[in-house]
Amino acid sequence: QVSAALKEGRVTPTELCQQCLSLIKSTKFLNAYITIAEETALKQAEASEERYKRGQPLGVLDGIPIAVKDNFNTAGIETTCASNMLRGYISPYNATVVQKLLDQGAVLLGKTNLDEFAMGSGSTDGVFGPVRNPWSYSRQYKENSVPKSHSEDKESNWVITGGSSGGSAAAVSSFTCFAALGSDTGGSTRNPAAHCGVVGLKPTYGLISRHGLIPLVNSMDVPGILTRCVDDAAVVLGSLAGHDPKDSTTIQDNFKPFELPNLTDVSKLSIGIPKEYHAPGLSGEILALWSKAADLFRNAGAKVVEVSLPHTRYSIVCYHVLCTAEVASNMARFDGLEYGHRSEMNESTESMYAATRREGFNDVVRGRILSGNYFLLKQNYEKYFVKAQKVRRLIANDFVKVFRSGVDVLLTPTTLTDAAPYREFIKEDNRTRSAQNDILTQAANMAGLPAINVPTALSERGLPVGLQFIGRSFQEQQLLTVAKWFEKQVRFPMIQLEEVKKHDRDVFQHEKSASFS
Amino acid sequence: MAARGCAGAWRRGWQRGRALPGPAPAPFPRGQRAVACNARGGAVPAGESGDLAPWVPVVGLEIHAQISSNSKLFSGSQVQFAAPPNSLVSFFDASLPGTLPVLNRRCVEAAVMTGLALNCSINKKSLFDRKHYFYADLPAGYQITQQRVPIAVNGSLSYSLCIDNKMSQMVTKTVRIKQIQLEQDSGKSLHDDTRSQTLVDLNRAGVGLMEVVMEPDMCCGEEAAAAVRELQLILQTLGSSQAVMAEGQLRVDANVSVHHPGEPYGVRTEVKNINSIRFLAKAVDYEIQRQIEELENGGTILNETRAFDSKLGCTVPMRDKEGKQDYRFMPEPNLPPLILYDAKSLPANMNHQQVINIDWIHERLPDLPSVKREKLVEQYGILPEHSFALLNEDGLAEFYENVVKQTQMKPKRVIGWVLNDLLSYLKQHSLTVKESPVSSFLLADLLNLLEKKEISSTAAKQVLAELWKGEGKTPLEIVKEQKLQLLQDQEELEQICQAVIDRQENE
Repeated sequence: QVSAALKEGRVTPTELCQQCLSLIKSTKFLNAYITIAEETALKQAEASEERYKRGQPLGVLDGIPIAVKDNFNTAGIETTCASNMLRGYISPYNATVVQKLLDQGAVLLGKTNLDEFAMGSGSTDGVFGPVRNPWSYSRQYKENSVPKSHSEDKESNWVITGGSSGGSAAAVSSFTCFAALGSDTGGSTRNPAAHCGVVGLKPTYGLISRHGLIPLVNSMDVPGILTRCVDDAAVVLGSLAGHDPKDSTTIQDNFKPFELPNLTDVSKLSIGIPKEYHAPGLSGEILALWSKAADLFRNAGAKVVEVSLPHTRYSIVCYHVLCTAEVASNMARFDGLEYGHRSEMNESTESMYAATRREGFNDVVRGRILSGNYFLLKQNYEKYFVKAQKVRRLIANDFVKVFRSGVDVLLTPTTLTDAAPYREFIKEDNRTRSAQNDILTQAANMAGLPAINVPTALSERGLPVGLQFIGRSFQEQQLLTVAKWFEKQVRFPMIQLEEVKKHDRDVFQHEKSASFS
Repeated sequence: MAARGCAGAWRRGWQRGRALPGPAPAPFPRGQRAVACNARGGAVPAGESGDLAPWVPVVGLEIHAQISSNSKLFSGSQVQFAAPPNSLVSFFDASLPGTLPVLNRRCVEAAVMTGLALNCSINKKSLFDRKHYFYADLPAGYQITQQRVPIAVNGSLSYSLCIDNKMSQMVTKTVRIKQIQLEQDSGKSLHDDTRSQTLVDLNRAGVGLMEVVMEPDMCCGEEAAAAVRELQLILQTLGSSQAVMAEGQLRVDANVSVHHPGEPYGVRTEVKNINSIRFLAKAVDYEIQRQIEELENGGTILNETRAFDSKLGCTVPMRDKEGKQDYRFMPEPNLPPLILYDAKSLPANMNHQQVINIDWIHERLPDLPSVKREKLVEQYGILPEHSFALLNEDGLAEFYENVVKQTQMKPKRVIGWVLNDLLSYLKQHSLTVKESPVSSFLLADLLNLLEKKEISSTAAKQVLAELWKGEGKTPLEIVKEQKLQLLQDQEELEQICQAVIDRQENE
């Protein structure tokens, strides 16, 4: 809608940009942004305005303010990965996905906060502090959450965004941008999307270029897309997907951007409900919501079947081995020699390396490097790494079998519970939390499949809950079509934030904004 | 099991009481070479210590050849020798976060050509791996190589040796090629001890290398040197590597061990830092001798890495590499398996530009040195030793053929002039064939005079000596100047003889 507004001249790119920048300032307490590229964003907005005046916009994304997770390289703009290791690192090049968005005329507002090097499921472990879920300040949450005691400080009750792309999710959720890039390795886009009530798309591995995305696990990472509705996600996907000669893991086939049809008849659809996703710790609320969703499809005429993905429960342990091994390898380049933090220690090259890495990385990163190196030792390689690769193949085959049996799309919960309060979340360490929270999202990364979180309803506490659809490899069109239909049915409420209300609401209206929970 | 191809065995080369002096051993005296590498077999009796058991030296080689290509193995930055420091470094070479490797087609072709020339099986599917270690000249903290499945395996290289240092007898030996793998070169680090710092130049980081692994089928420095020389010629003929050792385009590490016949292989050492073929032979021979000394003195050989000190002519332990490293090999996740095709497996509608067809490359391989040599022997009736020498010097074979074309002298006679006279002049003055002041045209001219019996053989040599001055005179001019013509006229001859006799009588 905002794109149409730009085209018709109801609002100009610079106005839009300024409003977003202003909103970012007034929502600073969310800590969603690490760097705000105010000057360059305004310049981009001006350039966009010129194009609209001439009647020659570059496309739907021309003039649209976007935000990018701080593990994507952005030329001339600090790229930190929320780590001391890259504090002050000004990247000399744009990640391919960033370049594509800029080429379409998008306005880059800034870089969003995350867990350090994307390791975490809460966006709480970066050096710039945790990200706060905008819904913590929503009327819906405030009205429905019961404070423990009257004297309790309202401030300490805020909930996490989920992670690791929490900054991007919060930015989209709080209306400071219209779309954001995240990354997804074990659920890092879908998890915060669910907690922040936005659409989070994980594309098929190999569809979108990873060139310029600072890697966590090269064989599982994908750039993720966060938007406020499924149609927007399809638009962004259309501008990003396709072969990149700079990334040898992207597919060669030509990608054709698509428009999502307005599905009315779901009777030809087969929805699979994997029973293993009824995981331990799944809240009763979400279980009920999942069930309700299945009924929704069934009542509309779709075929809804229970399926089995028997190796689901091994995915976390398998992920732990493969992820830490790749992390140990990918982090080996951070030695302070060519770029990034370099320690003052200069007795010898080795001592400089050691000190640099100790000072530059947080405990989470160092812990994973240690584990990874252990698994890669010659004597352990077969026992752990190779075995994990074999288990990975089994997990992927589970999906192949299910899709082959006629199922089009799988329907699962995205998270076990709604967003936890920060003070509860930090009671357990990063590793434990990751193991708990990744269980429903991780397997899709193992298998390289596309998956999307669609915000479904509010929990009893007034916080968003989303459901996940997992599709067949490279069948994003089908996946998003189903997701869009579902989105239309559930009519997820709009967040009621003070700060947003103060700004010009018209611009941020969505079709379905009329329905509140 | 005795090393293949070497039937000789070693014995201590010196007499009792003359041990190697002090901590810095003197270079191995040439005259007392105990080399007993001979094809006729049998141990060569040595010094006075007659009842020592013979030793069998075993030498294997790991050779890194820089691929001759415009850009690096995984990035687009240029490949160039001696460029200003850090001027040929792309983002990927500097391991900037977020950069990814993209395989260079030319490098793969070079490896396939080399594999085919060395009679290897080309693996239609090969894989890339990461080899991890921390070092200043390795920006990513790992090297991309092919550890699990390299691009080519199980080949062989035939090379020739002269027996007894004479050119009279040549013997052909074979060394098995274990594999050829593609990998990245590292940068260069220069240690500045005065300022306690290390300077790192990443120009070389990421340049494509072919690592050629030769099985331990060799038994002495001479064999190792001959094998490497032949490999060098092959690579230069193919154009897959310029293989100039002085420019670091060909680097050789030798694995050396000794054992008694019938016993298992001994502990091996790795000798690095060898900068020329000549030094390779020296280093290997020295190390063999050192090990024999050590073991006969009751010591043990450490599985260590040693450097060759060319000034002292000996190997010394390297201080940087201690103990065994665990390289934590891991598949390279950013590079899919490398798939090569042949005529049979090539998909019908595949664009020829997008794939590599092994058979297509095979059809276009140039004649290898061994084939060229045979052709020369066949065509010109020269000896194998002759054609070996012709190919051993850059441009010499071409020179010879040009002379043969331009002269009536039989090729069998021409060869002597080219190999004995021309070549020795060049060697004496450290000139290459290209730099020769005597062109093939001039030499042919001279040889024609000789052939037509207008001058004698001795006179011809004199003319050649004059031609070397490069003053632009033709052979005919020199002959006239120095009055070197052979006299054909009977009467004239009689007159001269009579004059000489008369003079004698008068004295």
